[in-house]
Amino acid sequence: MPELLSVRGLKIEATSYPPGEPPKRVTIVDDVSFDLAKGKVLGLIGESGAGKSTIGLSALAYGRGGAEITGGEVLLDGEDLLALGKSGIRRVRGARVCYVAQSAAAAFNPAHRLGAQVIEASVKHGLMTVEEARTRALYLFRVLGLPNPETFGDRYPHQVSGGQLQRAMTAMALCSNPELIVFDEPTTALDVTTQIDVLAAIKHAIEETDTAALYITHDLAVVAQISDDIMVLRHGKTVEYGTAQQIIEAPREAYTQALVNVRQALRPEATVQTDTLLKVDNVTAGYSNGFKVLFDVTLHVPKGQTLAIVGESGSGKSTLARVITGLLPPLEGSISFAGKALSPALKGRSNDDLRRIQLIYQMADTAMNPRQTVRDIIGRPLTFYYGLRGAAKTARVKELLEQIEMSNGFVDRYPAELSGGQKQRVAIARALAANPELILCDEPTSALDPLVAEGILNLLMKLQEEKQLSYIFITHDIAIVRAIADSVAVMHRGKLVRFGPKSKVLSPPFDDYTDLLLKSVPEMEIGWLEKVLTTRRMESAGN
Amino acid sequence: MRLREIPITAWIGIAGILLALFCAIFAPWIAPHGETEVVGEVWAPADGQFYFGLDNLGRDILSRLIYGARTTLFVALGATLISFSLGIVLSFTAAVSRGPIDTVLSRFNDLMMSIPTLIFALVVLAVLPQSIFILILVMAVLDSTRVYRLGRAVALDVAVMEFVEAAKLRGEGRVWIIFREILPNTLSPLLAEFGLRFAFAILFLSTLSFLGLGIQPPAADWGGMVKDNKDGIIFGISAALVPGGAIAALAICVNLVVDWLLKRTSSLKGGRGDA
Repeated sequence: MPELLSVRGLKIEATSYPPGEPPKRVTIVDDVSFDLAKGKVLGLIGESGAGKSTIGLSALAYGRGGAEITGGEVLLDGEDLLALGKSGIRRVRGARVCYVAQSAAAAFNPAHRLGAQVIEASVKHGLMTVEEARTRALYLFRVLGLPNPETFGDRYPHQVSGGQLQRAMTAMALCSNPELIVFDEPTTALDVTTQIDVLAAIKHAIEETDTAALYITHDLAVVAQISDDIMVLRHGKTVEYGTAQQIIEAPREAYTQALVNVRQALRPEATVQTDTLLKVDNVTAGYSNGFKVLFDVTLHVPKGQTLAIVGESGSGKSTLARVITGLLPPLEGSISFAGKALSPALKGRSNDDLRRIQLIYQMADTAMNPRQTVRDIIGRPLTFYYGLRGAAKTARVKELLEQIEMSNGFVDRYPAELSGGQKQRVAIARALAANPELILCDEPTSALDPLVAEGILNLLMKLQEEKQLSYIFITHDIAIVRAIADSVAVMHRGKLVRFGPKSKVLSPPFDDYTDLLLKSVPEMEIGWLEKVLTTRRMESAGN
Repeated sequence: MRLREIPITAWIGIAGILLALFCAIFAPWIAPHGETEVVGEVWAPADGQFYFGLDNLGRDILSRLIYGARTTLFVALGATLISFSLGIVLSFTAAVSRGPIDTVLSRFNDLMMSIPTLIFALVVLAVLPQSIFILILVMAVLDSTRVYRLGRAVALDVAVMEFVEAAKLRGEGRVWIIFREILPNTLSPLLAEFGLRFAFAILFLSTLSFLGLGIQPPAADWGGMVKDNKDGIIFGISAALVPGGAIAALAICVNLVVDWLLKRTSSLKGGRGDA
C-alpha cells in the first residue's frame, strides 16, 4: 500500500538566545522518520519539549516560533512539501493537510460565527461552493454528534462549550476533505467526562471520512484508544516506534515501559483509624454577590492520611481549599482543626494556625515570587515562624533541599532557572519549612509531564511516611486517587456526591455521577473506548 | 553586578549626574564669580573670561549655572523622591487592602487630580509661607497623585498573583507584602516613570519660578534663568539657551541611567521573561 505521508530523516533546528550568552543553535527534532498510510492514525507521544508538536507542524511545512526545518524530507503522496514554494504550500495547507489546535477557544476568531469559520478554508481554496461547503459542514456536525447541527453554525464561539468547540474545530479540519489531519493535543484541556465524548467523535469522524491523522498527546492512555501506530519521542529523538498493540502491551525501551507503568505504584489504604485532624462541617460558601459555589459540604481528614477530592472543573474543589485556608470565609458551617474550632477568616487565625496548614499550588510558576531565590523562598517561613537566621537558617535550607531530593547548588537560583518539576519541589520545600500538619495540594501535578508528576507523588508519599503528614489532594485524575488516597470525596457542581474510604467510594454500587466519572478515565488498554461506549449505549437503551 | 556590564550610555548618564552633583556641592569653590555679583555689561557675549557670557543683569552665567545646580537638583530630585515614596506606599496599600481603604484613597486621589495642578500649586504656595521645604512638599504631593495612579494599576496586577496569596497565607504583614513581594515585581514601570517625572519636576519648578512662586530671586535656578533671559532671544542673544541646555542635558542623563536600571530589572535572571 502506498504511503500517504512519509517523513524521512527530519531535522528541525532553532536559535535560542540564553541571557548573557551568544545565541546558539539547538536541535529540536533529530533524524525522525515515519510512514502513514491512508486512513490510518499515528500517535506521537512524549513529554513537553519532546518535539512532538514541531513534528506535527512539519507535515504542514510550518515551523513555529523560529523553528526551521533544516534537513530531511516530508513527502505527501510522493511530493516533497519542503521543496514547494510559498504559493505551493498554500495550496496544501487547509486543503490537503489540516490542523486541529489544542486550545480551540484560542484558535477560533470570537468575532465570527462558527459556521463561516468552518467552511472558510474549503471555499477559499475553491474546492467547493458555499452551498456545498454548508452541506458538508452540516454532515460533519452530525457525524461529530453536535447538538442541533442545523443551527450550530449560526453560533459564536463563546456560545458553545469547550468540548463542542473542539469538535467544531475538528469539523473545520475535515470540511475540505483533507487527506491528512494533524491533531495537536485536542483533548488535553478538557475534563475527562468531556474528553471521552470528543475522543469518540474524532475517532468516528476519522473512520467515516477515511482520513489519515497524526495524533499528538502526552497521554498514552488516550493515544492507545485512537491510533494504529504509536511513536514515542524524547528530546527530539525517536525512542520507540511500533503498532499501538506492541507499544502498550510489550514496550521494548525502558522509557516506554516507564510511561506505560506510570502511577501503578499503589499505596495501600490506611486501615487504622486515627484521630480526626481537620473537620469540615456543613460548609456553604460563595461570593459576596450571592453566587454560591459550595453547598453543605461535610468531610474530615484523619491524622497522617490522605483525602483526595475529585471532580471536574467548576465542581468547587478549589473553592473548598480556599475555604479551609481561610481565604474565603464560609457563609455557613464551621471548620475545626485538631479538635479546636478554626476562625473562618484569615485575619482571625494566629500564625501558629497558619503554620499548621500549608498550601501547594497547581502552577508553581506563579506561586513563587520570580524575584526571590530558592534560598529566600524556602528560608522565609523559617525566619517567619521559627526566627531562624544566618548559619542555622542556611543549614535548615540545605536539609530541606535534601528532603526534596535537590542539591545545595540550587539555593541561589531564581524560579525561572528551574524546570517545572524542580519548581514544584521547591514549592513543597516551602510548605515543609513551616513544619505543617496538613498540606493542601491543589492539583500539584496536573501541569507536569507524567514521569515528573510521578516523581513528585513519590516524594509526597515519602514525606508523609517520614513526618506523619496529612494531605488533602485535589485532583481530577482518578489514577492519582487510586494510587495515593486513603479516603475520597467526589464533588459535582458544588455538592459532595460521595465521601468515604477509597475502597468503598471506588467500588460499586455507584451513584450516577461517580459512575460516569470513573468510566470516563482512559485506561491503558486497546479497545477501552469501544467497550465504554457500548456499555453506555446499552445503558441508555435500557433507560 | 560587575562594572564592566554597565553600558556606555549609562556611564554617560552617571557622569552627567555626578558633574551636576559636584557643581551643587562645591559651588562656592568652583564658581569663578559670585551668584549675584554683577560683573559686566548686560548680555555681554561669551569671551575668554566669561565662558557662557553674561545675563540680563550682567551676572556671569556659568557661575549662576553652578549655583543653580544646587536648587534645581535639590528641589527636583527631592520632590520626585518624596512623590514616589508617598505615591508607592499609598497606592500599594490600596491595592493590597482593597475594600474601603482602597475606595477612600482612590477617590481622594481622583479629587486631587481633578484640580489643575498649576492652579492648585499657585493657591497653596500663595497661602503658605515661602520656604524651599514647603515648595518641595507641595510639588511632591501634587506629583504623587500621578504616581499613585500608576502604582495602583501595576500593583493590582501583581497583588492577585499566587505568591502574594501564599505570603498572606503565611501570615505576613502588609509591609512585607508591599516591599518584598510586590515592589520588586513592579520596579520596571515605576523606574521608567521616575525618569519622566524628574524631568517634569524640573520644568514645573521653572514654571513656578517664572510665576514668582518658586525659587525667589536673586537665588539662581535653571528654570528661573531661562525665564530671566528669555527676552534676549528676541535680540538674538543666546543666554537663555545655556540653562535650557543644562536642563535638557540633566533630564537626558537621568533617563539614560533609568533606562539601564530598567533593562537590568526587567532582564534580571528570573525575571518574568520580559527581557
